[in-house]
Amino acid sequence: MKMKMTVCIGSSCHIKGSRQVVEQLQALIAENNLGDKIELGGTFCMGRCQQGVCVTVDDEVFSVSPETTHAFFEKNVLAKL
Amino acid sequence: MHKFDTKVQHLKYKVLREVARHAWNDTLLENVMDIPKTIVPGKVPTMRCCVHKERAILAERVKLAMGGGQGNNIIQVIDIACDDCPASGYQVTDSCRGCLAHRCEDACKRGAISFDHKHEAHIDKTKCVECGMCAKVCPYSAIVNRKRPCQNACKIKAISISEDNAAKIDDEKCIQCGACVYQCPFGAISDRSYILNVIDMLKRSENNSKYKVYALVAPAIGSQMHYAKLGQVITGIKKLGFYTVVEVALGADMVAQAESRELAEKGFLTSSCCPAFVRYVKTAFPALAQYISHNLSPMGTIAKYIKEHEPNVKTVFIGPCTAKKAEVQLDEVKPYVDAAITFEELQALFDSRDIDLTALEEDVLDNASYFGRIFARSGGLSDAVAEGLKEQQLDAFELKACTCDGIEECKAALLRKSKNVLDANFIEGMACISGCIGGAGNLTHGEKNKAAVDQYGREALEKTIADAVSVLK
Repeated sequence: MKMKMTVCIGSSCHIKGSRQVVEQLQALIAENNLGDKIELGGTFCMGRCQQGVCVTVDDEVFSVSPETTHAFFEKNVLAKL
Repeated sequence: MHKFDTKVQHLKYKVLREVARHAWNDTLLENVMDIPKTIVPGKVPTMRCCVHKERAILAERVKLAMGGGQGNNIIQVIDIACDDCPASGYQVTDSCRGCLAHRCEDACKRGAISFDHKHEAHIDKTKCVECGMCAKVCPYSAIVNRKRPCQNACKIKAISISEDNAAKIDDEKCIQCGACVYQCPFGAISDRSYILNVIDMLKRSENNSKYKVYALVAPAIGSQMHYAKLGQVITGIKKLGFYTVVEVALGADMVAQAESRELAEKGFLTSSCCPAFVRYVKTAFPALAQYISHNLSPMGTIAKYIKEHEPNVKTVFIGPCTAKKAEVQLDEVKPYVDAAITFEELQALFDSRDIDLTALEEDVLDNASYFGRIFARSGGLSDAVAEGLKEQQLDAFELKACTCDGIEECKAALLRKSKNVLDANFIEGMACISGCIGGAGNLTHGEKNKAAVDQYGREALEKTIADAVSVLK
């Protein structure tokens, strides 16, 4: 089954850099040839605006920023595949 | 600070607020008959001849606030509220001094002016064509034009006078722009409200656990509710029970991108954002309907995106527009937008819950780019389409936009296009003067609103359309 990764693109997360997070994740998925293993999507609110940028991997929620996206991807995505 | 432009709006707001208050508390059914008396207590009339008439009219307003009325039109005449204004056209008043010059007579190309034994002018209405030349040349301004404000407001001539002398709307012609609603000094024309559907939707969501209710806010919000900060308005909307708030301006960014591509491909287009304009093209210029952009409006576009990507969501449009209430009933829009309300109605909802915006924390609203946000004012859509062409390297297509500010200018452009003499390849059609910031559902209308929307546009985090929509891939 594909891993489902969702980035919050609601106002609060957007201001904290969700566009940059999405762009980096897209690049990382492409670099690692994981297009068929990961499904990346967006949502407008996860109800945890204080912890943004919110990213869920399957049903687990993470707090990510443009600076930590790389580390997050290695630790919570690559390691689990 | 005044929340509304006119006392008519304030009265309508009070009715909406009381209806909403009871709806939240599940006490509407048993109290609906008492609402007029709550608003007009005592025995001294303040608006009409007696409190009984005031209350009878208020009962009609309550009906409209609950979504009632006759027929299907969103725009309804409250005939007992209509003051049967004079509609006799050009008339000589007693300011006529019976002068020697008789400029009025010379100016009248139809020979409609004659003089009595006191040398005072009279207009023969069987000859008069209401051109107004006589009034223009009279040195005493003794000739006036008696026209009903509703008929004057309705530039597409959908309002006539019924047998009993009240205003009558031709539902086939009416485009629901709401110009008459805003202009009638007696509040005798009003728009139906769907606030009860919204309150019901919010209550049944059980705090967004059964389904999530999204508020889709139009970019004209940048010009509204200036007594509070925009961030406080967003907090207020969430306090009403909405799960989250999304900018319709992001839908506008999506539209700008798709519409500029469609334009470059087809070579000629009219915009599809303004539902009143779209309906006008379809009803008054059916041969030109083929040129209407195939994009849903920004509201429809963002709502469609949300519903296609999120399960179990309901959407409510909140904006300045009465015509949107008709747009959400169209087959192609119905699946995506569950209800539409105006900023006037939003204010009534806030106050029905005693939400004081100025006391709230500020939340944030930031989804769209500068270009999506300036859709709210005349010219913004054309600017966005030019930007969309540039960003997608379609500059080879030379945009010649005809920006139509108000339905009269739309009519002129469509007429020229129908005769193939329009020197433009894109018609930006906005039924309201100044664009959406001139909409009938706004709380206030003013000179500064355009600057306010531009400022709201500049505050957007994203500076290009492509960046704003990139997160949606």
